[in-house]
Amino acid sequence: MKYFYLVWCNLRRKKLRTLLTVLSILVAFLLFGYLAAIRQAFNAGIDVAGADRLVVRHKISIIQLLPETYESRMEQIPGVDNAMHMTWFGGIYQKPSNFFAQMPVEPEELFDMYPEYLISDEHKKAWLDTKSGVIAGRQIAERFGWKVGDRIPIQATAWTHKSGSETWEFDLVGIYDGAEKGTDDTQFFFRYDFFEESRAWGSGLVGWYVVRVDDPQKAAETAATIDAEFANSPRETKAEPEGAFIQGFANQVGNIGLIIMSIVAAAFFTILLVTGNTMAYTVYERTSELAMLKAIGFSDRGVLGLVLGESFLLAIIGGSLGLGLAWILVSMGDPTGGTLPVFFFPVKDLLLGIVLIGLMALTAGILPAMQAQRLQIADAIRR
Amino acid sequence: MANPLNWFSQVVSVTRFNLRTLPQRKGSSATAIFGIAGVVAVMVSVLSIGQGILRTMESSAAPENVIVLRSGANTEMMSGLSGDSTNIIAEGPGITRNEAGAMASPELFVVINLPMRSTGTDANVPMRGVRPQAFKVRKEFRIVEGRNFGWGLNEIIVGVGAKLEFAGLDLGSSIEVGQELWAVVGVFEAGGGLAESEIWVDAAVLQPAYRRGNSYQAVYVKLESREAFQNFKDALSTDPRLNVKIQREAEYYASQSTMIYNLITGLGTLIAVMMGLAAVFGALNTMYTAVSSRAREIATLRALGFRSGPVILSVLAESLLLSLAGGIIGAALAYLAFDGFRAATLNWSSFSAMTFSFDVSPELLVQGIILAMLIGMIGGLLPAIRAARQPVATALREL
Repeated sequence: MKYFYLVWCNLRRKKLRTLLTVLSILVAFLLFGYLAAIRQAFNAGIDVAGADRLVVRHKISIIQLLPETYESRMEQIPGVDNAMHMTWFGGIYQKPSNFFAQMPVEPEELFDMYPEYLISDEHKKAWLDTKSGVIAGRQIAERFGWKVGDRIPIQATAWTHKSGSETWEFDLVGIYDGAEKGTDDTQFFFRYDFFEESRAWGSGLVGWYVVRVDDPQKAAETAATIDAEFANSPRETKAEPEGAFIQGFANQVGNIGLIIMSIVAAAFFTILLVTGNTMAYTVYERTSELAMLKAIGFSDRGVLGLVLGESFLLAIIGGSLGLGLAWILVSMGDPTGGTLPVFFFPVKDLLLGIVLIGLMALTAGILPAMQAQRLQIADAIRR
Repeated sequence: MANPLNWFSQVVSVTRFNLRTLPQRKGSSATAIFGIAGVVAVMVSVLSIGQGILRTMESSAAPENVIVLRSGANTEMMSGLSGDSTNIIAEGPGITRNEAGAMASPELFVVINLPMRSTGTDANVPMRGVRPQAFKVRKEFRIVEGRNFGWGLNEIIVGVGAKLEFAGLDLGSSIEVGQELWAVVGVFEAGGGLAESEIWVDAAVLQPAYRRGNSYQAVYVKLESREAFQNFKDALSTDPRLNVKIQREAEYYASQSTMIYNLITGLGTLIAVMMGLAAVFGALNTMYTAVSSRAREIATLRALGFRSGPVILSVLAESLLLSLAGGIIGAALAYLAFDGFRAATLNWSSFSAMTFSFDVSPELLVQGIILAMLIGMIGGLLPAIRAARQPVATALREL
C-alpha cells in the first residue's frame, strides 16, 4: 500500500499533465465503447436470430409477393412446425425520416413464432378483439410518445387504401418488449385481416414467410424441401435460415459499416500510441529521481513495479471512466435519433475494453519500466 | 510596445530559436504531428463517405428534369402508374421534344437478388425497365463496353458500379430471372449518378417477368427549362385522370439520400469531435512539455529583455506549425487511401443497393486542415501563456 501512495504522489506532482493524459485515455475508450455499440447496431439481429426459423421469400427478389395459400402448403412439408407470413407496409408516420418497420401479421401466429416478443395477456386480448388494432415495440412507442389507446395515422406509400385515402388509421392496443437487449423492439405490427379487407390491390398476396422447423439441425434440408415444393411454379421461393437472411441485409448496409469500423479502430490505436508516448516521456524525464530511489535501497524490480504501477493507474482511471461514460451515453440513445433499431453496449465488448486497458498500460509502461529497472545508479545520477 | 518593429523582430527571432530546438524534442513533436494527422485522416475519410453519397445523388439530377410518381409514394419502388397514365403525363405542357416525340420516359423499377462480390450474400440490386426515351432524358449516358440491349430481347446492360459490386454481371455472362436467362451485353456509365448501380432492360421484357401488366412506376421528364416546372406541375396535379406527385429530380434524390447521409455524417462528426478532443489533450501535453523543458531558456530570453508577447506568439507559432504539418499529412493520407474508393450500401428508402465512390473533396481537405490548426491553437495557447507568466527568477533557479 505504501507503494501505491508513492505512485499516487508521482501522478499528482504534475497534475495538469496527469489530467490531460487521463482525459486522452478517457476519450479513446469512450470512442471504443461507442464504436462497439455502432458495430452492434450494424449487425442488428444476427445474434438473436432464431436458429429454428427460416425466412422464405420470392426467388427473384424480396419485393415480389407470394400467395397467402403457400402457408398451408408449407405447413404440410415434413420438418416444418409452423409458418406465418409478413408483408412490408412501408408507410410514413408524419415524415419519411421517421423510418420504422410496419407489417401486417396474424396475431396468434406472431407470438407463437417470436416468443422473444413479450406482451401482457391484457394487451394481447385487446389486439385479438380490435381489428384496427396495432401493437408497437417499446422503443418505437417511446420515440414517438405513443400511449395505448392512441390513434396512429400512417400514410401509405405502396399500399393504397380501398377508400382511395392515402392514410391508414390504426389503434394502438398494446406495447411489446424484447426479451433480450438485441431484440428489435422498433416494429409496428397490425392485423392481416384488417390489411386484407382494406387494401386496394394485391388481395391474397403477402411479402414473405417465416417458418419454424422441428429440428434446427435439419434447417438446411427443410429449406431445400420448401424450395423444391414451389419449384417450376410461377412464384418460386428461396428459403434460408433467419440468421443468414439478416446477415445478408447487414452485409448490404455493412460494407460501409466495416469501413467506418476500420477507420475508427485505426484512430483508437493512434490515440493510444500518442498517449503511451507521453507516458513514456514522463518516466524519461525523471531518470535521475528513479536512480535516487535505487540509491536509497529500492530494488530493480521495485522500480520496475513503480513505473508500471503508474502507467496502470493512469490507464485504469482513464479507461474505466471512458468505458463508463460510453455506457451512459449509449444508453441515452443512438446519435442518429432512432434510425438504428438496436443500440446498446454489448457486455463482450465491455470485457474486451477492460482487456485493452490492461494491454495499453502494459505497452505504454513496459519499455520505460525496463529502462528504469536497468538504470545504473552512478550513470543516471551524473546525467 | 514602443517600437513595433523591434517587437516584431523579437517574435521572429524567438520563433526561429524555438524551431531550431525542435530536433531536440523529436519524440514529443513527432507524437503531436502523428496524433493530429490521425484525427484529420479519420475525420476526412469518414466524411468523404457522406460526401460521396451526396455527390452520387447530385450527379443523378438534371436541373430541368422532373420525376412523376403516384401520389403518396415517396420512392419509385412504392409507386405505380398505369400505361394510360404515363401517356397522359407525356402530353403535359413544357416537355422538351425530340425526333421521337416528347422526352418523357416511363420506367419500371424493381430489384433482383444477386450475390455481392465482397461477401457472396444476396443484395437487392436495382433493375430498371426502360423505353427508348430513357437514354435521351438522362445526361451523359454512355455505353462503355459491349452494346445496348436489343428491344424485346432477354438482354440487359449493367451500370459500371453494379458490375464492380455484384457477381455475375460481367459482359457475356447472364442472370437467371425465373425460368429465363438474361444475357449481359453491355456496360454503361451515367455521369457518376445513381443509375450506375442499376441493371437496365427493355420495360416490355421486364413487365411480364415481374407480372406488372402494362404498368410503370415513374415517368422521368425533361422540361424545356427549369421555369417550366410550375406550369407542368399545376397542369398534371389538376388533371382529374391522374393522381400523381411531381418533384424536381434534385429534390427527389435529396430526399432519397437524407437518411443515409445523416447517419454517416452524424457518426462521422461525432467521431471527429471525440478524436479532436483527444488530439487537443495530446497537443496540450506536448506543448506543456516543450515549454517546461525549456523553462530556463525562456526565462533567460526574458531576462535578456524579450517581452512576453513575442514569447507567447513563438510558442503558438510552433504549435501551429506542428499541427499544420499533422493536418497536411492526415489530409493527404485520407486522400490517397480513399478518394474514389468504391463501396456499396443499401439505400433504405428504395430498399435497393446503391454503389458510390468516396469523395475526398477539396472542401473536406480544407476542413481537415482547419481542424488541425484549431487543435494546434488550443493546444498551444495555454502553454504559451504559462511560458510567458513564469517568474524569471524561479525559472532560472530551477534544475
